[in-house]
Amino acid sequence: MIAEIGAFALILALALSIAQAGLSFAARMRRSSALAGAGEGAAIAAFLGVAGAFAALMHAFVASDFSVANVAMNSHSEKPLLYRVAGTWGSHEGSMLLWCLALTGFGASVAGLGRTLPRGLRALTVGVQGVLGTVFLAYTVFASNPLARVLQPPVEGRSLNPLLQDPALAVHPPFLYAGYVGMSVVFSLAVAALIEGRVDAAWSRWVRPWALAAWSLLTVGITLGSFWAYYELGWGGWWFWDPVENASFMPWLIATALLHSAIVTEKRGALAGWTVFLALAAFTFSMLGAFLVRSGVLTSVHAFAVDPTRGVLLLIILGVTSGSAFGLFAWRAPTLGRGGMFAPVSRESALVLNNILLAAATATVLLGTLYPLIREAMSGEAISVGPPYFNLTFTPLMAVLLVLLPIGPLLAWKRGDAGGAAKRLQVAAAVAVVAALVVGLLVAPRSTWGALGVGLGGWLIAGALAEIAERTRAFRVPGAETWRRLTGLPRGAWGMTLAHLGLGVFVLGAVFEVSWKVEAAEALPVGGALDVGGYHVRLADVRGVNGPNYDADRGTVVVTRAGAPVCEVRPERRLYLVGGQTTSEVGICYRGLSHLYIVLGEHRDGGTYLVRAYWNPWASLIFIGPVVMGLGGLVSLSDRRLRLGVGRRRKAPAT
Amino acid sequence: MRLRAALAALAGVFCLAAASDPAERLPDPGQEAQARAIFRDVRCLVCQNESIDDSEAELAHDLRQIVREQVKAGRSDAEIKRFLTDRYGEFVLLTPSWSAGNLALWGGPFLVLILGAALLFARLRNRTPEAELTDVELERLSSISKDETP
Repeated sequence: MIAEIGAFALILALALSIAQAGLSFAARMRRSSALAGAGEGAAIAAFLGVAGAFAALMHAFVASDFSVANVAMNSHSEKPLLYRVAGTWGSHEGSMLLWCLALTGFGASVAGLGRTLPRGLRALTVGVQGVLGTVFLAYTVFASNPLARVLQPPVEGRSLNPLLQDPALAVHPPFLYAGYVGMSVVFSLAVAALIEGRVDAAWSRWVRPWALAAWSLLTVGITLGSFWAYYELGWGGWWFWDPVENASFMPWLIATALLHSAIVTEKRGALAGWTVFLALAAFTFSMLGAFLVRSGVLTSVHAFAVDPTRGVLLLIILGVTSGSAFGLFAWRAPTLGRGGMFAPVSRESALVLNNILLAAATATVLLGTLYPLIREAMSGEAISVGPPYFNLTFTPLMAVLLVLLPIGPLLAWKRGDAGGAAKRLQVAAAVAVVAALVVGLLVAPRSTWGALGVGLGGWLIAGALAEIAERTRAFRVPGAETWRRLTGLPRGAWGMTLAHLGLGVFVLGAVFEVSWKVEAAEALPVGGALDVGGYHVRLADVRGVNGPNYDADRGTVVVTRAGAPVCEVRPERRLYLVGGQTTSEVGICYRGLSHLYIVLGEHRDGGTYLVRAYWNPWASLIFIGPVVMGLGGLVSLSDRRLRLGVGRRRKAPAT
Repeated sequence: MRLRAALAALAGVFCLAAASDPAERLPDPGQEAQARAIFRDVRCLVCQNESIDDSEAELAHDLRQIVREQVKAGRSDAEIKRFLTDRYGEFVLLTPSWSAGNLALWGGPFLVLILGAALLFARLRNRTPEAELTDVELERLSSISKDETP
């Protein structure tokens, strides 16, 4: 019964989305605030409808109602509660429902929070959001209904892929989807601006918080996914340039470019056309990601819920929505105007360079992901594009961007002072050089690239701090004055500093991990030991354990250094009974920022176990850095100049 | 195309890392390092998307053995890679070749870069001269605006 109510709510939400689009467009044409209000009401009601359907599906998963096809295919009654809940979005149908939940949720927020937007723009934005909602809800209802029943319910479900039964991965999709779909608001705002034929500071001021929110969520989502890959796949790697990772990385890169170009549009009225283009591209890449992951056109370690027939439908949705938006762009963009002038050395130029490099980086990821498909379709020849390609193209582009990064914030708008910026960055440059030299000379084995990378990380971190020092006139005015300025800095400034700082932290971690990772592997009997990175790793014991839905060999690994005990970890090798998959649960011994990463491998003849151990120096920074970046986004979002509805509150007493 | 389909059918098995398996290792550390470097550039053909360095699949094991034998016989990286592409096609290497067919792949990002730079350059050149501020005005302006530029 609950599943039927959910299915009904979903269909109702589809009808409401159609109404939302129709009413809002009519409101714009007739300039009727009554119709606009009705459209907004429909947007909020549509969200409630999808939320109802989502709750019904979650109930079916938690209660293990195997008469619902999706639950029977993807759940199992012996699965722990967390994974039964997470199973709601662990399948093709469920994840599309989550997508719709986020989409209508953002539509409802625009309707609810958009009071400060000009009326026409608001109605159009809610309308476009309604069109997107209609398209994706129609897909969900007609092609991918998560609440469909089966005639003869099985006694037991087929369970969720065991690799996905993991806390990080249970929360990873909600973040990722909220980030992906958050771009839809920016997309709708861009389409609305194109229809209105006007992009002004008020518009960019509106784009920024949504882009920031989506970007922050996407940053956290990607980091969670990467962390999951790191400890769950058991290879010790954290980024594989896998098509599915790339699918989530492209919207992130575009959103990063958008955040920066929107600043230029807001402050200087320039780059309006380009900002609108990026706003359209960000959600296009989100939809491309949704298509790539589900269509099965790419082979990937993460591909899930693959279904080629429905993939074609998603491709059509992508083609039609983005195609018409970009068509509109080509038609209307020339009317948007050029905005203010700027000198070659200026904040504008720096932000344009940032955008050019990010666009080129996105092009490498896009080409690297899709080129094998294109080439095979055109000439029938199969090629592979793997990590070496990205190391040769993406990495140098990013390195140039990162070298330039600290300079941009120190340049003035319109006409910057290169000499002054160089002077203010002297300390940061010194920090970078010293860091590179120290690491290059003292860390064994010597690695020139590693030393340069550490220098780059130091440059970013010191550069971000130099910018704060400049704003507060630190060391040039009395401490009290600096303090006063420090506390008076807008949150937006702190957000930027944190984001750039986080990037530097990430670079440090990534460089250390890549350059000085040590690996050892031995077939050990119980009681045997191996040495890695100065640590003595002893396999003290292995015993069989029975988990809720798996059997496992659980090793007890005792780590010592120079005879002194360091830690004890319990890596497992699990055999999931339903489906018969083997997975490894890595044992990670955290040593400050570094990880000793231990994997228990297969049982060999003669009673030995294959044990692999990796010393991953500073690996924690790889995940801490992006979290700091995401935090920077949130801090920036809390800036009162960006806060949604500030104007409304100020006006409130008058009404 | 048929090759890909056949491989996709085999791809059901999930592969776990195992290149550093001591049972397979070469005695000479230099040669072993050379072999490992090659592994990272060779695709495990039956896996989802992994190099043979990462994969536990049967085929990856066989490919590692072939590569190790050839390294032991003193053959160069290029010779070994040619040996592999002769048998499995370009698909087996994770680094796409520098060939005409891959021109767009390698050149695309740099085309974007050049295009962007050209647009920026055009924009900067087409500046209509504006009234310049005097030094005194600039000084005043920077003291006013310094506190609020983000």
